[in-house]
Amino acid sequence: MNVELKNIHKHFGSVHANKGINLNIPTGTIQGILGENGAGKSTLMKILSGFIQPDSGSEVFLDGKPVVMHSPADAIKYGVGMLHQDPLDFPPMKLLDNFLLGLPGGIFPNRKEATQDFSLLAREYGFTFDPENYVDSLTVGERQQLEIMRLLFLGARVFILDEPTTGISAGQKEKLFATLKKFPEQAMTVIFVSHKLEDVESLCDRVAVLRGGELVGETQPPYVTSKLVEMMFGKEITLGERQPVQTGGVVLSMKNVSLEDVRMKVKNVSLDVRAGEVIGLAGMEGSGQGMFIRACSGLMRPVGGRIELKDKDLTGKSYHTFKRAGVNFLPAARLEEGLVPGLNLTEHFILAEEPKGLFIDRMMGQQLAEERIKSFNIRGKPHSTVESLSGGNQQRAELALLQSPLSLVLLEHPTRGLDIESVIYIWSKLKDRCKTDGAAIIFISSDLEEILQYSDRVLVFFNGKVSAPLDAGKTTVEELGQLIGGKGWADKGEAHD
Amino acid sequence: MIKDRFGNLAYQLAALLLAFGVVSLILISVDASPSETYKNIFKGSFGEMRKFAEVLVAFVPLLLVTAGLLVTFSSGLWNIGVEGQVVLGAIATTWVYRLLLESGLPPGLIIALAILGGMVGGAIWAALAGILKVFGGVNEIFGGLGLNFVSTALTIYLIFGPWKRPGVASMSGTVPFPDEFSLPLLANLRISPWALVIAFVGIVVIYFLLQGTYFGLRLKAVGKNFRAAYLLGIPTWQYAMYSFLICGALAGAAGAVQVAAVYHRLIPSISSGYGYLGLMVAMLINYQALWAVPVALFFAALNIGSIQLPIVMKLDSSLSGVLQGVLVLFVLLAAGVRQKFGRKAQ
Repeated sequence: MNVELKNIHKHFGSVHANKGINLNIPTGTIQGILGENGAGKSTLMKILSGFIQPDSGSEVFLDGKPVVMHSPADAIKYGVGMLHQDPLDFPPMKLLDNFLLGLPGGIFPNRKEATQDFSLLAREYGFTFDPENYVDSLTVGERQQLEIMRLLFLGARVFILDEPTTGISAGQKEKLFATLKKFPEQAMTVIFVSHKLEDVESLCDRVAVLRGGELVGETQPPYVTSKLVEMMFGKEITLGERQPVQTGGVVLSMKNVSLEDVRMKVKNVSLDVRAGEVIGLAGMEGSGQGMFIRACSGLMRPVGGRIELKDKDLTGKSYHTFKRAGVNFLPAARLEEGLVPGLNLTEHFILAEEPKGLFIDRMMGQQLAEERIKSFNIRGKPHSTVESLSGGNQQRAELALLQSPLSLVLLEHPTRGLDIESVIYIWSKLKDRCKTDGAAIIFISSDLEEILQYSDRVLVFFNGKVSAPLDAGKTTVEELGQLIGGKGWADKGEAHD
Repeated sequence: MIKDRFGNLAYQLAALLLAFGVVSLILISVDASPSETYKNIFKGSFGEMRKFAEVLVAFVPLLLVTAGLLVTFSSGLWNIGVEGQVVLGAIATTWVYRLLLESGLPPGLIIALAILGGMVGGAIWAALAGILKVFGGVNEIFGGLGLNFVSTALTIYLIFGPWKRPGVASMSGTVPFPDEFSLPLLANLRISPWALVIAFVGIVVIYFLLQGTYFGLRLKAVGKNFRAAYLLGIPTWQYAMYSFLICGALAGAAGAVQVAAVYHRLIPSISSGYGYLGLMVAMLINYQALWAVPVALFFAALNIGSIQLPIVMKLDSSLSGVLQGVLVLFVLLAAGVRQKFGRKAQ
């Protein structure tokens, strides 16, 4: 099925997520969509699969006919099916029931017939499933296969796969690719959304790259990795001289730390961070850097290894123990995790002071708030609730909540969504704190320029792998981009320090 | 901000009018005159001193329960188990009475100990819901509901088992204790001024706790954003437990007053549903301590005023429950509409 997107626009409030995207995908091709976080890939795919509606003026054509899809159910009627990053299935149910769920039909499903169809389809694509088995006994890869079968059965002719190779084994990936490669023979179209350069290069017949909501280029094999990286992250921009700081004694020491959650394992990381040093963590969202930074703050317990703070063993201790030792964590989700909506600035500053006594000293609170608002240049009043502040001012408020004395600050996307003026201001404040308190900073950012500009050393994360610390003065956007995309790891190794 | 308050009041008033409108329609559908019904409810609650005293008798436990719930709601907990906490307060009070009646201690001291015992009993029952929540991962709504059933069963067991009346056990409860062991009543009325004092002390303490103390501020932070409160250094689960304990103690006090000042014994339905009614009051006042007194009084008046409806108008007295329920629904609905409307306007 031929898919044509014409002039696709989508606004979310003031954010322009898709800026007039035109893309023609011929029948029987495997189209790769590349782009970094926030490039607009997911928005575009959600539009194509009926999850969200584009702004007026945008047009979608299937086999030359204009279509308007109001829901995913609508989309599947037109033959467009989407395989989500997290399979949309029902783990406590049997495979067959899960399979029956999306089917149109009466009150009483014909289980016998469905079992036959199920087995037939599974054989055709080389899957081995027991329809009476339960979904929660399957691996992520098998659940993907199940979902693909369901979409096939519903008559999908266009398959959208959103980051399908995250969290599955190499063997399962091979199998998935083998399955997908059969689709073009039957005039089906595959759209493969990924940030993994290797996967895209080995699978796709053609690649389109999105950046900042725009389609910045299309290429066909043979692919030149450096060109893809350049399209994804843009040309290197010079942001002026970096200013390396004098570093002091070791603040944080990680020894063979291993972390695990359901999706990912990070193994044997060793790292020493010195006072005054800034470490940037690069990588696509969910590559392990979130687990890493949480482990540094005691919010995630390592499954192995030791974490020491200024020579004190804090392995397995709670965040509050880390906090007493001078570690502060500022999460990316400001209103969800960092601040308390409904409480005003004064109340936040009072809480952060951890005051003793029974009755609130309002005078002290008011004074404290006025002082902090002034010194952190927050546009708000002491009685302003935090949710009434703009993003930049919320971020400044979070910084104003940092405790003293401080030995380590952990930040997730400290400047995401902020204007350049706020970015510069926030970093100057952070660097000040580093200097006066002798604190180190570890931060996550998806903005490579920010990482190169402000960090002394950089760790790159890819699928749970951690690179050796790279000297930020010597590495380049190009090199980081390759590593983020999973290329060039052979000489970087996983062990370091 | 003033405009905001005013807008809020307008929505509340609209909700109030709508609630009375719907109940009036129900009344008309059964051929009863709404105006006469409301008049009878008013006469039955404020018409004479004796009836007003009855209203106060209902008002005391309701206010205590509401005060307790303000604490749990502030920390973001739905303490449905408050009903059982009232019951356990009553049971514990009865237990202390049974222990001390023959002890020869001065009656005043025994009463004080019995009421304290009730508060401890309620707090322990609340702590159970808290432990289930914090350590067992059981949502406090389910845990509380389960504990409510257990508390009812426990009451029945005690009345018909270990604490049964000599001779034959009966639904009328345990043996009443002598008059000098109950909270003194006002002359010829059923209300005890001491009970009123306990209730007002309860709500005033809670008001200042929530408005003026670091403790209250931390509780609110925990309730509004658990994650952020933790990152700000507040020991979140401990604060959740504290709020359960405080609410349980106040609910226990409500149960204690039911025993010490109203029934002078343990009866099967000792809580009279004040726990659930308190939940409605707390929701209706949008968790603002300042409004607890008038609204609890209003709800108590509805309860007492509707008692005579079956006699005067052949209407069931559950009408007050219908009115209270509809009122809460409309107020919540108004808040929802306001939020949606307000968001669109932005």
